[in-house]
Amino acid sequence: MAVLTAPRKERREHTTGRPPARKRATRVPPLVLAFVLVPLLAEAFWVFWPALQGFYLAFTKWDGVSAPEFVGLANFKEMFGDAVFRTAALDTVLWLLLFGGLSAALGLGAALLLQQERRGVGFYRAALFLPVVFSLVATALVWQAMYQPDGLINQFLEAIGLSGLTHAWLADQDTALYAVIVPALWRQIGYVMVLYLAGLKGIDPVLYEAAKVDGATRLQQFRHITLPQLSSVNAVVLSVIVIDSLRSFDVVWALTRGGPYHSSELLSTYMYSTAFQSLRLGYGSALAVVIFVLAFGVIASYLVRAFREADA
Amino acid sequence: MTATHAPSPRTEERAPVPAVRRERRRIWGTAGFHLSAGLLSALWLLPIALVLVTSLRSFDDVAAHGVGSLPHSFTLDGFRQAWVDGGQQRALINSLLVTVPAVLLSLLLASTAAFALSRYDVPLRRTLLLLMLGGNLLPPQILLVPVSKLSEMLGLYDTLYALIGVQVGFGIGFYVFVLHGFMRSIPPEIQQAAVIDGAGPWQIFTRIVLPLAKPAMAALSALSFTWIFNDLLWAITVLRTDSQMPITASLIGLQGQYVSMWNVIAAGSVIAAAPTVMVFLKFQRHFVAGLNLGAVK
Repeated sequence: MAVLTAPRKERREHTTGRPPARKRATRVPPLVLAFVLVPLLAEAFWVFWPALQGFYLAFTKWDGVSAPEFVGLANFKEMFGDAVFRTAALDTVLWLLLFGGLSAALGLGAALLLQQERRGVGFYRAALFLPVVFSLVATALVWQAMYQPDGLINQFLEAIGLSGLTHAWLADQDTALYAVIVPALWRQIGYVMVLYLAGLKGIDPVLYEAAKVDGATRLQQFRHITLPQLSSVNAVVLSVIVIDSLRSFDVVWALTRGGPYHSSELLSTYMYSTAFQSLRLGYGSALAVVIFVLAFGVIASYLVRAFREADA
Repeated sequence: MTATHAPSPRTEERAPVPAVRRERRRIWGTAGFHLSAGLLSALWLLPIALVLVTSLRSFDDVAAHGVGSLPHSFTLDGFRQAWVDGGQQRALINSLLVTVPAVLLSLLLASTAAFALSRYDVPLRRTLLLLMLGGNLLPPQILLVPVSKLSEMLGLYDTLYALIGVQVGFGIGFYVFVLHGFMRSIPPEIQQAAVIDGAGPWQIFTRIVLPLAKPAMAALSALSFTWIFNDLLWAITVLRTDSQMPITASLIGLQGQYVSMWNVIAAGSVIAAAPTVMVFLKFQRHFVAGLNLGAVK
């Protein structure tokens, strides 16, 4: 009965303006409360509690054996003098811009190309999407074979007469980071494409017809109809990209482990090797906090801008 | 409808294009589309084709002609080596032992929570929902050290239970969020009718809401299967022994063990990718729907 009466009662209380909270709370059956509490406890146990510990550990010095020693902001001060941290932070920002920007642009491009339902389009979409289901480790190994000195990429360059460009792509400090981004992009673009395809499908075709009547060119239609209509998808794509960029670990770990000489080091790989290989758990946790702040900052600043635009 | 169609005849009146020229332009457009889309797809499939071909070559062939050359041999040796000597058989079993229970458990827990939060006036329901989603959006790095210590304390370190636990705990927030959005759209009248017939929350959940949420559940299962199966970071955080490692970590081991034996490494990659590709091909529709379910919110 609780369910049947609850919504009606709520509506009546809203009109009279009485605060309904107390009465409602007592009406939820205990089983329903358990339905919420069990999953919540599972998440609290494996996520919220460890997360609080993680933030605390960032202010400690810990080798994982003896008790953690509180050192205040010492870990964060150390970062300023840490050249590897600087490389890793720069590479992470570069990764965010390149991997993020290119996967959004190329994903949207692929979606625009493949948006119309026509013969063969299903096959093309599936081809672009297929790498999304591979693990990043398998993706990395696939591309490691491509990058070998006698691999497909160098052989192709030689075949078209550009043998001067052949490279040990992953072993060269100047190219390692970019060589790692390409496989990550190969896997991400199909994912972004699927998100944009759904977004494009949701645009009312009447808008385009009206624009055509007004004599709008294709580019104008894209700028003034497609892009604004996609703004909610853009927010999703941005969050997905930021989260995926900062989580990117597997592909770098499998291809270069951050090397050679930290040239492809990301904050995520540096955090892992600091914590679990150098066993500097406190400093590693502080690096994790930096990753958290970066993710939070990018997404929050986008949301603020989006809200401001909505107000204007 | 008339309003939508009115403009098109008018534009044709303004710029009368002879039927033949319009037809020709259409053919060129189609050809251009297939050419560009075909090239793009070929570029995308090329690395996959390379790995498939390499996995079927012999080591001598790869060593003599290079990784990028056309095959001069055909053998399943690479697969045998990866599967038996490289420990991929054990690793694949480990992966499935983690993935299947983790998917079932997280969907069970997530569906109950989503049901309660979307169909009942649970106090603080919005806050709880956002809190659970927020947990999933945390960068895992902040959790790695505490989770590995936590599993040590519980005596679960280096066991598959620890991996299942953290996969369920970490994934649940997203699944609850998606399922909540889906279950909220089920009309309340259906539930009210059931209540009149004397159904309790358990019956409403198992007989009405769960069957109606089937499409979302199917999509999420396909999605979470690939996510958990493809994970590397959590596995190497809570596991240490080689014989416990899932397929992703074992693939990295293979890479170190069979340096430059590209036929074995390629075969290992094919083995590691095969289960998720099969899930994708079997549930393609659910899969794409799942990615968008999360996005529409």
